[in-house]
Amino acid sequence: MSQLHLISILTALPAFGALVVAGFDAPSKRLARGVGLAFSLVSLALALALWARFNPEVTELQFVERHRWIPSLGVDYFVGVDGLGLLMVLLTGLLVPFSLLASWKIEEKPQLYFALVLLLESGLFGTFTALNFFHWFIFWELSLIPVFFLIKLWGGRERSQAATQFFIYTLVGSVAMLLAFQAIFLATGTFNFPELTQMAHDRRLANGLLKIGWLDMPPRLIALLVFGGVFLGFAVKVPLIPFHTWLPVAYAEAPTGVSMLLTGAMSKMGVYGFLRVLLPIFPEQTRAMLTPLMAMAVVTIVYSAWAAMAQKDLKRTIAYSSINHLGYCLLGLFAAMKTMGSDAVWLNEKAAALNGVLLQMFNHGLSASALFCCVGLLAERSGGRRGLDDFGGLRKVMPVFCGLMGIALFSSLGLPGLNGFIGEFLIFKGAFALSPLATAVATLGLLLTAIFLLNILQKVFSGPLNERWSQMPDLSANERAMLMPVVALMLAIGLYPQLLLGVINPTVVGWIKQIFNYV
Amino acid sequence: MHPILILFLWLILFLPLAAAVGITLFALRSPARSAQLSIGAIGAAFGLSLALFWHFSSHPEPPEWYINWLSVADLKIDLGFRLDPLSLLMLLIVTGVGGAIHIYSWGYLRGDRSVPRFFACLSFFTFSMLGIVLANNFVQMFIFWELVGLSSYLLIGFWHERPAAADAAKKAFLVNRLGDFGFLIGILILWNVLGSVHFQTLQGKLADNPHALWSLTTVAGLLIFCGAMGKSAQFPLHVWLPDAMEGPTPVSALIHAATMVAAGVYMLCRVFFLFQAAPQWPDDIAWLQVSALDVIAWIGGITALLSALMAVQQNDIKRILAYSTLSQLGYMVMAVGVNGPGQGMYHLTTHAFFKALLFLGAGSVILALHHEQDIWKMGGLAKKMPLTYWTFLIGTLALCGVPPFSGFYSKDAILAAAFEHGQFVLFGLGVGVAMLTALYMFRLVWVAFGGSARSAAVNHAQESPRIITLPLIALAIPSALAGFFGIDHYLAGYFSHGRSAEAASWLHRLVAPFAQAPLPAWAGLVAVGVGFVAAWQLYREAKTDPLPRLLGGFAQAMRERFYFDELYAKIIAYTQDALATVVDGLDRWILAGTLVRGVHGTVELAGRLLRLLQTGNLQTYALVVATGVLLLLYCLIVR
Repeated sequence: MSQLHLISILTALPAFGALVVAGFDAPSKRLARGVGLAFSLVSLALALALWARFNPEVTELQFVERHRWIPSLGVDYFVGVDGLGLLMVLLTGLLVPFSLLASWKIEEKPQLYFALVLLLESGLFGTFTALNFFHWFIFWELSLIPVFFLIKLWGGRERSQAATQFFIYTLVGSVAMLLAFQAIFLATGTFNFPELTQMAHDRRLANGLLKIGWLDMPPRLIALLVFGGVFLGFAVKVPLIPFHTWLPVAYAEAPTGVSMLLTGAMSKMGVYGFLRVLLPIFPEQTRAMLTPLMAMAVVTIVYSAWAAMAQKDLKRTIAYSSINHLGYCLLGLFAAMKTMGSDAVWLNEKAAALNGVLLQMFNHGLSASALFCCVGLLAERSGGRRGLDDFGGLRKVMPVFCGLMGIALFSSLGLPGLNGFIGEFLIFKGAFALSPLATAVATLGLLLTAIFLLNILQKVFSGPLNERWSQMPDLSANERAMLMPVVALMLAIGLYPQLLLGVINPTVVGWIKQIFNYV
Repeated sequence: MHPILILFLWLILFLPLAAAVGITLFALRSPARSAQLSIGAIGAAFGLSLALFWHFSSHPEPPEWYINWLSVADLKIDLGFRLDPLSLLMLLIVTGVGGAIHIYSWGYLRGDRSVPRFFACLSFFTFSMLGIVLANNFVQMFIFWELVGLSSYLLIGFWHERPAAADAAKKAFLVNRLGDFGFLIGILILWNVLGSVHFQTLQGKLADNPHALWSLTTVAGLLIFCGAMGKSAQFPLHVWLPDAMEGPTPVSALIHAATMVAAGVYMLCRVFFLFQAAPQWPDDIAWLQVSALDVIAWIGGITALLSALMAVQQNDIKRILAYSTLSQLGYMVMAVGVNGPGQGMYHLTTHAFFKALLFLGAGSVILALHHEQDIWKMGGLAKKMPLTYWTFLIGTLALCGVPPFSGFYSKDAILAAAFEHGQFVLFGLGVGVAMLTALYMFRLVWVAFGGSARSAAVNHAQESPRIITLPLIALAIPSALAGFFGIDHYLAGYFSHGRSAEAASWLHRLVAPFAQAPLPAWAGLVAVGVGFVAAWQLYREAKTDPLPRLLGGFAQAMRERFYFDELYAKIIAYTQDALATVVDGLDRWILAGTLVRGVHGTVELAGRLLRLLQTGNLQTYALVVATGVLLLLYCLIVR
């Protein structure tokens, strides 16, 4: 227990920064950008401090702060992190400065833009640390609002439609989830995740739901409905196919920096929800629905890879590839829920799958946002063009850019030695033992991903130079300084994955022991 | 293991990586510096490998050393070094042949702007290849396996402005990925069923209980073999290798002839214990009774034959050699399949020498002719480039299997293994391939080096500088003499079921094949004679290729590589387009269009209908309210 209130400070700081930055008057753009970046960097430093003070030996939640808020409704101010929360906080902390740097050249009301991004950061920090549903839900929704305005005001041609579609989709999911939690509260009288997990574990939750007796429905159906509501909220956010149609449009129309955060951090909210809420609180329902869920994950993986192959717009390609990569997370996650014997072997397989899922969340955040950033840099130089066939031979004029984007592409492709490989490999290792057929089909996604990523490399960078771009400048020193740390991190994790695994493994093993009653 | 030895191993593995990183960071603008770094690294690795080899020839212990790289729950993945005769031999090949090619590259690419990038990639390749060689577990092997694929991708596409090179690079990577897809699943199966990826542990488990893999024995074996099929370009995944010749010639020599493509064979030898377990099929398909080894042998045999036929009608000097490489790889794989991994490794070794030599010789010719690769535009080069000619001839004789050159002994070993194993069809096939080999190689020699000049370029051709001819000589020596080094005995000791393990004098080795298994030896020799005579008859004086006249459509099919590329391209294009269109259409029209807009439309329609009620007329509202109250009262009172 820390008396420092690190998490509260971390969550409040960007919101405070947003207020400060929004307060700058129109002429002081440079200052506003600098101050905005400074706030995000201080948040990163705090996230790193959290990382440094985190004790990886312990499986319990750390840095817990808990105060009564609205006692009559069971609402607490309740925050804390375990390995998962910490990892996501760190990812958010890393990505926001990266995204702000990539948005540096925004000239239209940068004060507001930077303020909204900082507000989003607060929302994300809150979502990844809150442990009471009510408290958590506020941040979950809070993160939605800045994104809506960011897309609507700074987006591409169809920004208005994209923003509306994004907002309505996620809102429908959220409403479903809210209703489901109303039912849960009626049944149990608490909103706190750890307590709900415990209640689910000793079946008090199921018995509580029995008592609701709504419309004479059979209790199993009520439980399933509640599960369905929560599931919908997360499935839209990840997204799972067929709840994904908002995504390509939103990602493609959003400004570069926002696409980076959407794919890098916000898509993790969905997977995070699955891990923090759905699996611990609804293990039985998940298991009952495992076959369709598994099928959905496999379809998500293969279908999105194919869809990515059909795209001509680089941003849309990467958007679909993003769905594909998160599909692996869900594959690992659902596979880990499968009932198996109580041998230690299965504990290992489940631990491999879930460690892989966590790692993949982090890795995807890095690679996908780096790729969006690269496409943004390209579009910036080509007057907004970002078609697969608009370029050609750029390697000749932009060797450094080609090298860095190449590394990001290969990381996304899952090349060993870079970060993407380890997560996918662990997921496959675990999931294959637990659910061989689904996993075997899903490996098809690896092959398809390689096809379209190599296609990008070939069409954009190789071949004779497209004369139109013969004057295209290579990366400036600033742009290099922006991309290099991310690429270095990809290499570092790829070469020494224990860096992250050491922190998340105890958490993961703790969950599995709790959910599956391992001794 | 002694700490010094461990240090040696670390240096062997990581010096090339250090060179690659160093070049990328500090020497990208300095060709000379980059070449020094790269050549220095591989030279040092060669020296250290020799030291290790010398040490272990007198201290036969089975050393293994590892550190933990990754651990989740109780699963652990190690970075380990396994040293045994197999990996020691391969270390020497990779660093030795590789070293000669590194030096040659410096001469070959002199003046190219991108020399530093080339050497960085070459050193990176050496690092990844050594990683495969030293790996003590499947996961480590798979990791380096992919890295080797990456370096091959980068080097094939070295001249990235050429669309053909970019295409070939992508094709190589993807075809390999297809094979690796099977490899990965195979590894996962083994890991799940046997609970380990560590070679020695696996071997121990299978030795204790040969049925530990039950019915998955064959399946797992074949899936693992998929990886080898990709990397060693076996039919039907052979299509990438000929295209890979778009890379610079030293790359073709090192990666696509001597070392990387041999990695598949090396891997099969490394995990040969997997294939020794008797196949166990479930009862309902017990009649199948195919063992993984049979499939491997036949895939190897078919590859050897098909690609030898294709080689006969190629006109590009590098492509002839590429198909020949395919064909020889087929031999090696066939050797593994007929229970002769030692023979396969033996041929791998000699092939590394003579095929690297042939490619480097071809490179010397290509350089002298300013990048002319069509053999029908050469001719008379023997007089212009005597050193290149004589070394090329030595390589040719070794490849064809003329005693006493090295290729004879290793190829004969394979034929004898097939014969002993009772695979007479495959044996016959191997003999036929030997004949075809002599035919296409002497065709190449006579057309390119014999006769008189067929183009102006030849008249200006000059012998290449010493930096190019010295590696040729260095490789010509083992190409000629490797049959007397006793490599077969060295390997037979390792696999412990060789023909004889006693040491013998070189004179004894000279005639050993005829003494031990006369029929295969003579059959091979006669086949070479037949091929030679056919080539003599057809190409000695030929101005154009006479075969199309004699064979008609079949020659055409040989030239067009039996239309495999076209077939694959069609299949891929069709499925990919169809599926991509379906998926995209589904997304755009059904999901986003009908469903989402449908919902949207319904909501909007409901909104419009409801709006009709909002008339703004006070009387209407009052009426509605009153009706409502009455209805409620009715319900409450009457019920």
